[in-house]
Amino acid sequence: MSALLSTRALSKHFDGLVAVSDVDLDLTVGEVRALIGPNGAGKTTLVGMICGRIAPSSGTVAFDGRDITALPAHKRIGLGMAYTFQITSVFARLSVRENVALAARRRLAGGHVDSAVHEALAQVGLEERAGEEAGNLSYGHQRLLEIAMGLAQAPRLLILDEPTQGLSEGEIARFTGLIGGLRGQTTVLLIEHNMRVVWDVADRVTVLNFGEVLAEGTPQEIHENRAVQAAYLGTEAG
Amino acid sequence: MTRQTARILALHGGLLAVLFAAQFVLPAYHHGNLARIMVLASYAIGYNILFGYTGLLSLGHALFFAAGMYAMGLGIQYGGLSPAPAFLAGVVAGALISGALALLALRTTGVAFMIVTLMFAQAGYLTILYFGEYTRGDEGFVIQTAQRMLWGINLSDPVNRYFAAFGLFAISLSLSLWMVRAPFGRVLVAIRENEDRVQMLGYDTYVHKLGAMVVSGTISAAAGAAYGLLFGYAGASFASVQYSIFPLLWVLLGGAGTVLGPFIGTLFMFYLIDLSSGVTTAYMLIAGVVLVALTLFAPQGLAGEVRRRVWRGLP
Ligand SMILES: Nc1ncnc2c1ncn2[C@@H]1O[C@H](COP(=O)(O)OP(=O)(O)OP(=O)(O)O)[C@@H](O)[C@H]1O
Ligand SMILES: [Mg+2]
Repeated sequence: MSALLSTRALSKHFDGLVAVSDVDLDLTVGEVRALIGPNGAGKTTLVGMICGRIAPSSGTVAFDGRDITALPAHKRIGLGMAYTFQITSVFARLSVRENVALAARRRLAGGHVDSAVHEALAQVGLEERAGEEAGNLSYGHQRLLEIAMGLAQAPRLLILDEPTQGLSEGEIARFTGLIGGLRGQTTVLLIEHNMRVVWDVADRVTVLNFGEVLAEGTPQEIHENRAVQAAYLGTEAG
Repeated sequence: MTRQTARILALHGGLLAVLFAAQFVLPAYHHGNLARIMVLASYAIGYNILFGYTGLLSLGHALFFAAGMYAMGLGIQYGGLSPAPAFLAGVVAGALISGALALLALRTTGVAFMIVTLMFAQAGYLTILYFGEYTRGDEGFVIQTAQRMLWGINLSDPVNRYFAAFGLFAISLSLSLWMVRAPFGRVLVAIRENEDRVQMLGYDTYVHKLGAMVVSGTISAAAGAAYGLLFGYAGASFASVQYSIFPLLWVLLGGAGTVLGPFIGTLFMFYLIDLSSGVTTAYMLIAGVVLVALTLFAPQGLAGEVRRRVWRGLP
């Protein structure tokens, strides 16, 4: 299968700090890839460079066979990427409906927007909150709204930065089902701390540690990998 | 059409109907005032597009108002234009100058944007003074009644003037109402709320802000051209800082980011100064106290308070 996204030697330095170092990442069309790693491993920085929020210090990003390293964020989104923020970033003073409509309207018009909004809200279980101001939603529901905004864009690559943080057990189960439903059509890059979710939805897992790819493989392989266990225990792998 | 849309059309159409009818009942003094208020409110509507809806605080809109006024006035005075093409020249000048300023100023944000717009407006003011031989500087020049005949209609006649002012206001209001409910305007509001997020939804926020500034500047220039044409005078004071601050005040008072706010604010402030100056020579003091009270008790402006307390869906 062909690669939808490839990064080569992608690196980011913040002054002296190396946040991401020489990352080669290849996502196959239709796969669900989990990106895991301890706090501060560089996960958000890496996806920030992929979707154009953060300029890389060096390295390249290619999407659908095209080098997009120099492309501004909005154009990358236009090519079919969607990004949901780790730190919830909804339009707090606008209605839930309008938040999702803004996401849908870039590709749709007229009545199609309404149906796309309705569908995305139903997928995350927020259809009854459509008329409320987004800022009045609970933290968990704002996370769900972020996901709905991602879905409404009908992206080819959906990047989710810790979507399940702050969700209840029931909402996590719904989310897992949702990602399962996207499998095969939408390529998903999922940053996730909840190992149950990773285990349930990921086809492959990439482990980032101190900005470097520590391991990559199926969830089973990663589970058995001693270096990964060591990283999560906070000790150097021996 | 949804019920919400019907209510919105009824409210805004209702205001236009009232203003149209008012000319038949108002005494001459208020009749004249209202014509002036409608032109100035059109200026405020233009300002509101950029400030209220897009969240960009400009301190240089007098540049656009004056661009419209002078392109029209000089066109008549020295170009021998009749009112219609002169008005058009004013509108085009506003579009060009706001576009050019947008290219420069939108590289900055926040305070820097305020300073850049202020500086360019100051430069415009000084330019008018510098070419005093033609512009007559602060003193300004009168546009004669004979030069204000539009298709045989005398624009200096109060009735015609009211009609013309009403026409400009109705177009500005409708345009603004239509725009803020259209996808383009929705993106502007989203930029005001969270520009970073808008970008990550795939919108080119720079292009949207540029568009907002050109629409804003063009409406402001149309108001400036109309003002000169209807009241027969062009002067450098309309390019001064004061005329950049006025629309900001009107919009803040009436309700930034509401379609009716600019009109309400302009009307309110006009009569506030008018009435208090009738009572005392310290009228600016009274006006000041009322303004402070309003910002304390209605920080969202008058229409903004209505939206907050009564009708959330007010556009
Ligand atoms: N704008 C910035 N300026 C300086 N340092 C930064 C910046 N952004 C991130 N960093 C640093 O880069 C490193 C990687 O941060 P990043 O947010 O990518 O980690 P993460 O894997 O997403 O962590 P978490 O799991 O906590 O979200 C951290 O040490 C962080 O402090
Ligand atoms: Mg992170």
